[in-house]
Amino acid sequence: MPIISMRGLKKIYKTGKVSVEALRGIDLDIEENEFVAVIGPSGSGKSTLMNIMGCLDTPTEGEYFLDNEKVSSFNPNKLAEIRNRKIGFIFQNFNLLPYATAYENVELPLIFSGVSNKKRRTIVMDLLKDVGLKDRADHKPTELSGGEMQRVAIARSLANNPSIILADEPTGNLDTIAGNSIIEIFTNLHRNGSTIVMITHDRQIAKSALRLVSLKDGVIIGSQLQQKQKPNLSSNQENQI
Amino acid sequence: MKKTIILLKLYLSDFKKQRKKIFLTVMAIAWGTVSIILLLAFGEGLKLQIERGSNSLGKGIVIVWGARTSKPFKGLPPGKYIQFKPEDIDFLKNRTDFIGEVGGEYLIWRSNVQYKDKMVDQQLAGVTPSYLDLRNFIPEMGGRFFNQEDMDFKRRVVFLGHKIAKDLFADESPIGKQIMIKGIPFTVIGVMVDKNQTNMYSGPDNEKVIIPLTTFQTLIGRLYLSNIIYKPKKVEYSESAQKELYRIFGGKYKFDPEDKQALSVWDTIENQKIMRNILLGIQIFLGIIGGLTLLVAGVGVANIMYVTVRRRTKEIGVKMALGAKAKYILWEFIFESVSISFIGGALGFLISGIIIKILRGINIENEALIFLGKPTLSVNIALATVIVLGMIAFWSGFFPSRKAAKINPAESLRYE
Repeated sequence: MPIISMRGLKKIYKTGKVSVEALRGIDLDIEENEFVAVIGPSGSGKSTLMNIMGCLDTPTEGEYFLDNEKVSSFNPNKLAEIRNRKIGFIFQNFNLLPYATAYENVELPLIFSGVSNKKRRTIVMDLLKDVGLKDRADHKPTELSGGEMQRVAIARSLANNPSIILADEPTGNLDTIAGNSIIEIFTNLHRNGSTIVMITHDRQIAKSALRLVSLKDGVIIGSQLQQKQKPNLSSNQENQI
Repeated sequence: MKKTIILLKLYLSDFKKQRKKIFLTVMAIAWGTVSIILLLAFGEGLKLQIERGSNSLGKGIVIVWGARTSKPFKGLPPGKYIQFKPEDIDFLKNRTDFIGEVGGEYLIWRSNVQYKDKMVDQQLAGVTPSYLDLRNFIPEMGGRFFNQEDMDFKRRVVFLGHKIAKDLFADESPIGKQIMIKGIPFTVIGVMVDKNQTNMYSGPDNEKVIIPLTTFQTLIGRLYLSNIIYKPKKVEYSESAQKELYRIFGGKYKFDPEDKQALSVWDTIENQKIMRNILLGIQIFLGIIGGLTLLVAGVGVANIMYVTVRRRTKEIGVKMALGAKAKYILWEFIFESVSISFIGGALGFLISGIIIKILRGINIENEALIFLGKPTLSVNIALATVIVLGMIAFWSGFFPSRKAAKINPAESLRYE
């Protein structure tokens, strides 16, 4: 049973008399421990797909099963719970709370899921250690570099041990070196059993995924497995030069 | 606990960002609270002053004058004059269980009173010792009112109204001094406490020269009393007591107990009830004005919260993406707005408390200002203010918070 299963998914945005069909029938299965990159030009429906996949939005038509639950029919409260427990979000612009420390940012999903105070402390410190920011726990986002902020965001996305990690242009705001270190973390997470869906328009970054799903005009136009490559630091650096 | 701390931090960080706006809103709430409290407190002070003023006539008393009959009775034609004699006082008291204390008085409007070279023309009253309770003829420290012995021995003792005592004696102590009334020496045994009297039927008590009823009778030689006064044993007896009054005197003076014209009756209990209702009306009116001021401040809170919600749309989206339920967002914002109102309200209470304390400390001599100069803060006022403030605080926070909770996370994450 795939962890993500979408059947005939449509999303239509209505603004007044004009209606825009952002997704026009998506069928997609993603198995556990896959590392998928969704690529496509802007306006292809990537963001809409990501919103529905992340349970931030519901489809107009079609069915979406996440971890055997038919989330396409859930109400907002139930969706909030699903987002909290089953999905780890990573955003292009990190979306950390600016006034809270790295520690508190990672802690937030655990507060929403009602984990006890003592347990939270262990989980958060372990996660920060995993992303190499143990000694930055008390720093606020403004005192961190872009790469560090994204690593805090990754730690936060992992807090409730989610079924999938959903990353939207995770390297978009980072320089190549920081971006590659993020991709390396993803690769490690994948190796340790995580399911990762990454949305990007950067083919270079997409190469680190094992499957490439191409989106165009609201439909999937291709899904191909690709050879696992080492995140090619060298080639990226060459590009930069 | 941690959750509260995070909420608090969030609030404080927001506070820093729009410090000026929040400060102004807090001040608006404080001002609204001050105005509602002060208006209610002035109303309460006015009520107490007027109540005290009308109580200075006597609390729950009925004043009765003789009048003319309007119905024929047992062969007697209408138009018969009814007048009371001193013995009617005990006559009324002993014949019914509905009436408690009874008293009576003689009055002359002008009478010559002299102390050394000072001379005044004043009202002279001869009253029973029961006036101490009935009419609140309370002596100042160091003096006393008449007792039964003064009555029995027809002593030449005098009890002075506050103003008369001041006029005759200035700063001297009047107690024990001799004054001349109609050329006859009397000993001053007491001075009445100062009265700010709003109800009266025979001039202010401050300007009365008062001697025992029996002494008056001997001095002036009158037969008929000006009026008698009684107090029903309980306030609820008011109606029954009045029926008894007509029954008893109808029997004695031979008039129809149903003939209301035979006696002229002033029931101050009725009066005080009406007065209390009017004052309550005034207070409600003042309260509404204060409430409206507070409502305007509440609109200010709502406004600032709407701005906050808009400014933090993205953050709300992030929290929702991380699993915050709408309920959580709702309460977070309500907490914020209520805390603004709470700080403002607490400040308002403090300021009004200080203002009231200062105002009450000022000694006011002016007769008109005395009604306004004693704002009084009661438990009821505090309670009413807290309830109004709480409701405004909640509702002014509720609508913006509901807006925040209804934010679509997918859209808000795109929001910049």
